[in-house]
Amino acid sequence: MDTALDPAAPTEAARRPWIRRFVSKMPWTTRFCASWLIVIVGAAVFADLIPGLADPNYQGFLFGDGATNESPSLTHFLGTDNNSRDILARIVYGARVSLTVALAAVFMGVVFGGFFGSLVGFVRGRTDSAVMAVVDVILAFPGLVLLLTVVTLLGRRDLVVIATVIGFLSIPPYTRVARANALSISRREFVTAARAIGTRKRSILFREVIPNVLPTLLAYAMVNAAVIILLEGALAFLGLSVEPPTSSWGTMVNAARVDLQINVWPAIWPSLALVFTVYSLNNVGDWLRRLRSVRSAAL
Amino acid sequence: MADNVAGSPLLEVDDLRTTFTIPAGDVKAVRGVSFSLEQGRTLGIVGESGSGKTVLARSIMRLNLGSNVTTTGTAAFNGSDVLTRSPGEMRELWGTEMAMVFQDPMTSLNPLVRVQRQVTEHLCRHLNLNRAEARQAAVDLLREVRIPDPETRLRSFPHELSGGMRQRVCIAVALACEPSLLFADEPTTALDVTVQHQILNLLSREQTDREMAMVLVTHDLGVVAGRTDDTMVMYAGTVVEHAPTASLFADMRHPYSEALMRSIPRTSLPSHTRLAAITGRPPDLIDPPSGCAFSPRCPYVQDQCVNEEPPLVETDDPAHRLACWTPVGSPEARAAFEKNLAAGLQQAVAVDISAAPSSTGGVDG
Amino acid sequence: MGSFIATRLVRLVATLLAVSFLTFLLVNLLPGDAINALIPIEAQQDQEYVAQVRAEWGLDDPMLVRYGKWLGDAVRGDLGDSIVTSRAVSSEIAHRIPVTGELMIVTVIFSVLLAVPLGVMSAYREGSRLDQFISGGAQFALSVPGFVAGLLFIYVFAMKLGWFPATGWTRISNSISGNLMTVTLPALSLSVIEVAVYTRVVRSDLVTTLKEDYILSARSKGLRDGFILFRHALRPSSLTLITVVGLNIGLLLGGTVVVEFLFALPGLGKRLLDAIFQRDFMMVQGITVFVAMVYVVVNTLVDLVYLVVDPRIRKAD
Ligand SMILES: Nc1ncnc2c1ncn2[C@@H]1O[C@H](COP(=O)(O)OP(=O)(O)OP(=O)(O)O)[C@@H](O)[C@H]1O
Ligand code: SF4
Ligand SMILES: [Mg+2]
Repeated sequence: MDTALDPAAPTEAARRPWIRRFVSKMPWTTRFCASWLIVIVGAAVFADLIPGLADPNYQGFLFGDGATNESPSLTHFLGTDNNSRDILARIVYGARVSLTVALAAVFMGVVFGGFFGSLVGFVRGRTDSAVMAVVDVILAFPGLVLLLTVVTLLGRRDLVVIATVIGFLSIPPYTRVARANALSISRREFVTAARAIGTRKRSILFREVIPNVLPTLLAYAMVNAAVIILLEGALAFLGLSVEPPTSSWGTMVNAARVDLQINVWPAIWPSLALVFTVYSLNNVGDWLRRLRSVRSAAL
Repeated sequence: MADNVAGSPLLEVDDLRTTFTIPAGDVKAVRGVSFSLEQGRTLGIVGESGSGKTVLARSIMRLNLGSNVTTTGTAAFNGSDVLTRSPGEMRELWGTEMAMVFQDPMTSLNPLVRVQRQVTEHLCRHLNLNRAEARQAAVDLLREVRIPDPETRLRSFPHELSGGMRQRVCIAVALACEPSLLFADEPTTALDVTVQHQILNLLSREQTDREMAMVLVTHDLGVVAGRTDDTMVMYAGTVVEHAPTASLFADMRHPYSEALMRSIPRTSLPSHTRLAAITGRPPDLIDPPSGCAFSPRCPYVQDQCVNEEPPLVETDDPAHRLACWTPVGSPEARAAFEKNLAAGLQQAVAVDISAAPSSTGGVDG
Repeated sequence: MGSFIATRLVRLVATLLAVSFLTFLLVNLLPGDAINALIPIEAQQDQEYVAQVRAEWGLDDPMLVRYGKWLGDAVRGDLGDSIVTSRAVSSEIAHRIPVTGELMIVTVIFSVLLAVPLGVMSAYREGSRLDQFISGGAQFALSVPGFVAGLLFIYVFAMKLGWFPATGWTRISNSISGNLMTVTLPALSLSVIEVAVYTRVVRSDLVTTLKEDYILSARSKGLRDGFILFRHALRPSSLTLITVVGLNIGLLLGGTVVVEFLFALPGLGKRLLDAIFQRDFMMVQGITVFVAMVYVVVNTLVDLVYLVVDPRIRKAD
């Protein structure tokens, strides 16, 4: 595909592994952002294995081991919070919450939203109107308000519940994106051609429509993941994401805000982690989108 | 034109080159065009799509947008080069000295602005008219371009007018400040056939009445016939033939002009005569063919054509300029054609089967 | 045009019904029975008392009946009473609207005033250093949530510089200058993302518009760039901006909840949060429906504004 774009590309470049070619096209900011995403995902996944990373819930001062609001040191790279817990460890474990929620949203959105959207965009008619009516009603709620209501009414707030609820609420927007794409794809020649030669509808849907909707959906997923992380951050900041003591970036910021006068750092570090992760997702997502639009323009 | 230097032409273009830099390379859209145009005269520029007509016209008017454009050469308007002017200095020419009618009247009028403002806004600026005067001027202009009921039309939005009406509005806009040079870039391509003649006639009439110079761009030789003083045929960003229109039609010398001529549908031919399209694709402007740019498609091509680029030179008639090694009708051309035909060269075969009269290379214009 | 408005209104009513029903379902179906909120756990041993309360609140009727009753009251402006304060939900909402409304209006005005020039400059000099700077800045601002921006502003402008109060609200009826002091930081916090969104919209829209033939044609008439930008190019982009402002009201409403919480403002969002913490389901239900209603109505209004501003649609119908 990359070489198809540029027929004159030297064959030597074509022989390089695709990932290198892919990366070589990134501007340096995007490389930096992609690296950060890899670091933060790696840290979240392998948090338990990182040597020397403190227990995120260990309150040292209770055991005469360290103090609250410590400044950065060799034992606590980013210092400690107002409960004398290691900030770096809490950020790393907090990444788990943000990333799990984002992953759940993307997964449920792409799988269910992608499927329903492709289906109704392809078959159209009554199913389409019915599904889209439901989607429109759900989208008629401002996201955070709906989320707040649902999360509160559920009562229990562990990671599974939060991730499921947010994942569920991401289905409608993906459905809408997938439908719009499926609609235009269903009108393209290759689909008409497949219909004309009598291909079964189901196999047209799975072989032609969905594979063509997927790339757009994945580009949307990047940007959507950023929105979801912001949403979870806001929810946590309001004290309505996963229950303490589990750390989440928003929860950390909220906890630190009380002692802002005394020590701003416990508020700054998780904020930076949050902002930078979201920025990286947006930046890489925008880049992918540009790449795609160049590509589709070249076709 | 008060400041017109006596004797010098209104517009004199010399070795104009325009290049767009895009990721794939440099698109050489105009590659060394020279011509001159006297005050009050008309020039037709003909060529198929992509030959650089629009880019040439926009380069002279300095209307190529974007930061990836480079234009070199000179384009002297009333003796002073416009290519070195600042945008601020260009603004003194735009509208008042040079104006342009665009190809598609659907897109060249702002859909959200009423006709009145679009016709009068530059009047107010250039001629310092007040509202009432500008309005009166607009009514007169619309009447002049034969728009019925101008008072009502002024209050319309563009989408409320038909295509022909819109193009009339565009012409009114272009004429409003009495320019001395008008570019009409395919002014009828987007219109119904029935309207095309009316618009072309309107342009011709205005041109004559106002003694304005006009450059009429088109891809249809039929449009320039009888309407312009001179005709310039462009191919791949270069001028291949330039002559007074009458003598061009009487004695067409360039194989590309001949091919264009053959592709005009003629009512005099039996209705099932095959229309001769020009075989092959327009050339790649990033990496143009070596030698004569037309050589990959020319039925008369020979070795010299591929190796050396033919210069644009005067023929026995000094007003008739031509860029071809073996002009149509010459014995060399005939020989080359027979040879290509025998060799089964596609472009020669296509000419042979489509139009018998052309096989000898003559044009019965 | 008339039929366009009519379809819009029918759709509006249908969506409002659906939204209210969905909220009702949510509040009434999810675990955490309302009775838990009405009666302390200890008192729930008393079956008779529980039954009495259930009957009093109509909790034993079938869902649809209850929805019908609630809807019947709702259209008459009665959203029930708070189970915590016993005050009417609708009057509580009315009392809080000025705060949230002012916050949103100030935010939108401020954001538009900032975003339009930024977007215009960026588009006019597409690809330049300035454009890269503005676009990059917008992308970054898009990643800064309201609570982070708010905290930063509190730290810098309230704690360090002492220019504005860190929390609290002065009603405009009490003191205009005091009101301005209390609205500035919250509105600024909300504006960060809004400015970014609007700037990007204006820029990308204008970049496309500036490539249109009619812009070229305006240039060829010898009009000044500034005139072309603001009188010819910005007009279609302003339509897009109106749409985006409308669509973004949802995001903004979510933002007000966070910002009102952070700055302790007596607005609707803060009231919703309090109700959530107190498990005041009548209040939650009422505010959620109200907020969704505002959102849907604003979006319909945006469609209608479009109708007024864009002559092509006016004609098409
Ligand atoms: N902004 C631009 N960037 C890159 N290439 C361009 C640009 N504008 C024009 N070109 C290229 O320049 C060449 C000449 O285009 P031009 O529009 O002048 O052709 P034309 O003779 O007017 O054709 P038509 O009859 O279709 O109007 C084309 O190959 C076109 O792709
Ligand atoms: S005969 Fe040769 S020089 Fe003339 S047009 Fe054909 S290829 Fe070009
Ligand atoms: Mg053109």
